[in-house]
Amino acid sequence: MSKRKIKAVHLPVGECIAQVQEMLRERLCHQQLPDRPEGVEAQHKHLLELLKRTAVHGESNSVLIVGPRGAGKTMLLQCVLRDLLGEQEVQKNLLQVHLNGLLQTDDRIALKEITRQLHLENVVGDKVFGSFAENLAFLLEALKKGDRSSSRSVLFVLDEFDLFAHHKNQTLLYNLFDVSQSAQAPIAVVGVTCRLDVLELLEKRVKSRFSHRQIHLLSNPTFTEYVERVQTQLSLPDDFPDSKFAQEWNASVQTLCGDKSVEEVLQRHFNSSKDFRSLHMLLMLCLSRVSVAKPAIRPADLLDASRLCFADAKANMLHGLSILELCLIIAMKHLNDVYEGEPFNMQMVHNEFKKFLQRKSNSMYNFEQPVIMKAFEHLQQLELIRPVDSSSAKTQREYQLMRLMLDNSQIMEALQKYPQCPTDVKQWAMSAFG
Amino acid sequence: MLAPLQHPGYEEERLQRVSEQLPCREVQAGMLLSLMGQPHQYSYPSIFIYGHRASGKSHVLHVLLKELELPHATVSCVECVSVALLFEQVLLSFFGCDAASLLPRSPSLSDFVRIYRQQRSQSPAKQTRYIMIEKAELLRDTDANLLPALLRLQELVEDNVTVILLSEIVWDKFRPNTGCFEPLLLHFPDYSKGELQQILSQDRHPSYSAEFYSSYINILLGVFYSVCRDLRELRHLAALNFSKFCEPLAEGKVKETDTHKLWRNIEPHLKKAMQTVYLREVSSLQWEQMQQMEEKENGAVRGLSAHTHVELPYYSKFLLIAAYLASYNPARTDKRFFVKHHGKIRKTNFLKKNEKTSNHLLGPKPFPLDRLLAIFYSVVDSRVAPTASIFSQISSLVTLQLLTQVSHDDQLDAPKYKCAVSMDFICAISRTVNFEIVKYLYDFL
Repeated sequence: MSKRKIKAVHLPVGECIAQVQEMLRERLCHQQLPDRPEGVEAQHKHLLELLKRTAVHGESNSVLIVGPRGAGKTMLLQCVLRDLLGEQEVQKNLLQVHLNGLLQTDDRIALKEITRQLHLENVVGDKVFGSFAENLAFLLEALKKGDRSSSRSVLFVLDEFDLFAHHKNQTLLYNLFDVSQSAQAPIAVVGVTCRLDVLELLEKRVKSRFSHRQIHLLSNPTFTEYVERVQTQLSLPDDFPDSKFAQEWNASVQTLCGDKSVEEVLQRHFNSSKDFRSLHMLLMLCLSRVSVAKPAIRPADLLDASRLCFADAKANMLHGLSILELCLIIAMKHLNDVYEGEPFNMQMVHNEFKKFLQRKSNSMYNFEQPVIMKAFEHLQQLELIRPVDSSSAKTQREYQLMRLMLDNSQIMEALQKYPQCPTDVKQWAMSAFG
Repeated sequence: MLAPLQHPGYEEERLQRVSEQLPCREVQAGMLLSLMGQPHQYSYPSIFIYGHRASGKSHVLHVLLKELELPHATVSCVECVSVALLFEQVLLSFFGCDAASLLPRSPSLSDFVRIYRQQRSQSPAKQTRYIMIEKAELLRDTDANLLPALLRLQELVEDNVTVILLSEIVWDKFRPNTGCFEPLLLHFPDYSKGELQQILSQDRHPSYSAEFYSSYINILLGVFYSVCRDLRELRHLAALNFSKFCEPLAEGKVKETDTHKLWRNIEPHLKKAMQTVYLREVSSLQWEQMQQMEEKENGAVRGLSAHTHVELPYYSKFLLIAAYLASYNPARTDKRFFVKHHGKIRKTNFLKKNEKTSNHLLGPKPFPLDRLLAIFYSVVDSRVAPTASIFSQISSLVTLQLLTQVSHDDQLDAPKYKCAVSMDFICAISRTVNFEIVKYLYDFL
């Protein structure tokens, strides 16, 4: 205690802020592991027990961790591994192999990676020798030689498990599950996936060898838990160098979470998605605004950040179009209204636009056909309109059928926000039929 | 003027230099800086920046990364035709050419991550490394795993690295089926008219006053702003037409302050530029030459589209005319148009306009070869034998892409064609053979 008293020196504000930024950024961006997994204690215990049985008793197991994106699957697994490796006995008895479905896109690459990570004899330096068949036979032989009592157990972690199911014949999965079912070297296969129907992807023979043990991580927090999470994520730990600053910071976070407008914003985010990663993005945007000039997060920051998160990207893009392009979009909207969503081509759009010009007798927008064509192609580049069929070479450009990828409400909203929008264009957009 | 950029992690004079190079983008640069944080701090794993063309996306990032001397790799997806080039570029800029040479011949993502990790353990990041990927929309067309892997690269290589994606297309069109690590979305808004004016006025000519140039820019924007908001295009047009704007001044007809006269002089010229240079009908070199030769009227030089006129043999012209008529007229009206003694078809009956939209809106319809030949014999006055040369002319019209063959199921037996030429083109052709095509078109009755 006395030691901490001595340490409690007052750092200048700039340094404190730098410390805060560093600490919180690591938490929010780098997905730093928490000391205790929250809300998933049961799953944590289950998985820890299971892996311990493999590591200590030499029991072969297979398990799937299933949950939506951002639900904390990797976090859970990493926490379990950290706790598991804390034990001396496990540490010297467990080999780990980490595979990722994004990286190991076929079995050949995966097999090389396994041999490399296990440091088997055909690895020299960092290179693996042998063909796929040789590697597989070698690996299976190595695993077969082992038995429950004597050999070290191997933990296979397959991240993005569903991508492994798309490999040819699912050879890798079959062999891994097969080893886990028979009396060979003890292995544990842990699959991590976000697909709930992942078992349907497996072949029958692979499926029958899988233990059907699944851990579901359906994060379903209540709103109060959600707000608590915000608070814990933003709070500084006790071992922060300047304790006075930390206290002030934590107090400010607490008042922030109590604020009415903040609660409204958080409720909105909670309603749109409950996963914590989108929350982290929001908090990261808030955190980035903290500087020496304003050393605390204020409700206004959170409101701004939330506005940034919820901004409609297409409306943003519509804002930057030229007036000619906007007119073309309105013409397309009218065509969609009249012909009930039938595809259109450039000639029709031009015709619709010409009708508007004739009625208004305003020569201001009298452009040549090629100029309009250029505007039309720009819209296509932005993917605001999309060709119906992709056989572009066969038909002339002006007769290629297109579809509008925008909603009427989006167009109307963009029109309201458009800077210096001419009144007649606005009226034309409002009028229901042409 | 906004407050200058401030960040504790970087020297003030550098930030000063940065903000000088980024007119009208202080807000975005400040936001990016605050997201990046101090060099040694972690930044968000992936940032997605979208905005219109020439809204300063790459420029802002480039200036920031360059001036603040942050370790970065710039990759353009247009150049990287294979992922190997992308990997090589990244490794080369982070770890030097030794690391890049470690890549095998056709590297997979797994190889890249392995080599990256290996290098990283030898030289760990003291500062955040940035990978800046331009034209990121092309990533969607490559390997399906590449984009999700890049988005969570920080987690995969366990390094302090941030991937910045730049694109014109919104993020919603990128998201893969099974989802991915969501990047932080940032929007670069378009420049307003005032901002465009401010930026364009910066590159004024030294021999003229600033007000003079900015009044020129004002006139230029007045003509082009409703069509084009692309800064690069506008800058190009401004550079091309400035000499014409100065002409009356050099001749001593007007003074610099006489804005109205200058406007009267330049406005028709700019309108002409929209139809020619803006569409790249006339190249900028030609345009400059045209401006020097005063006596020659602008636009007298034939543009690219005027050159589409091709010399065809006599029968080919008629074949093309027949094809155009077959494509744009409904088959039931053929009797009325082409049979000489077609008996009585009442005009009211014939002109039932139940087809509301004309064929010139919907585009050409396919027709069988028989109908083409029937119309052909009817429009050619003289007697033509169906020789091999006639048929070979049809297929050569297909190779010239004036006709297109519709279905490829049968080459010889009853092929179907479509006519792929424009109205202007066919009118020009029929004028050369003294054929009044408009009389025979259903749409123009």
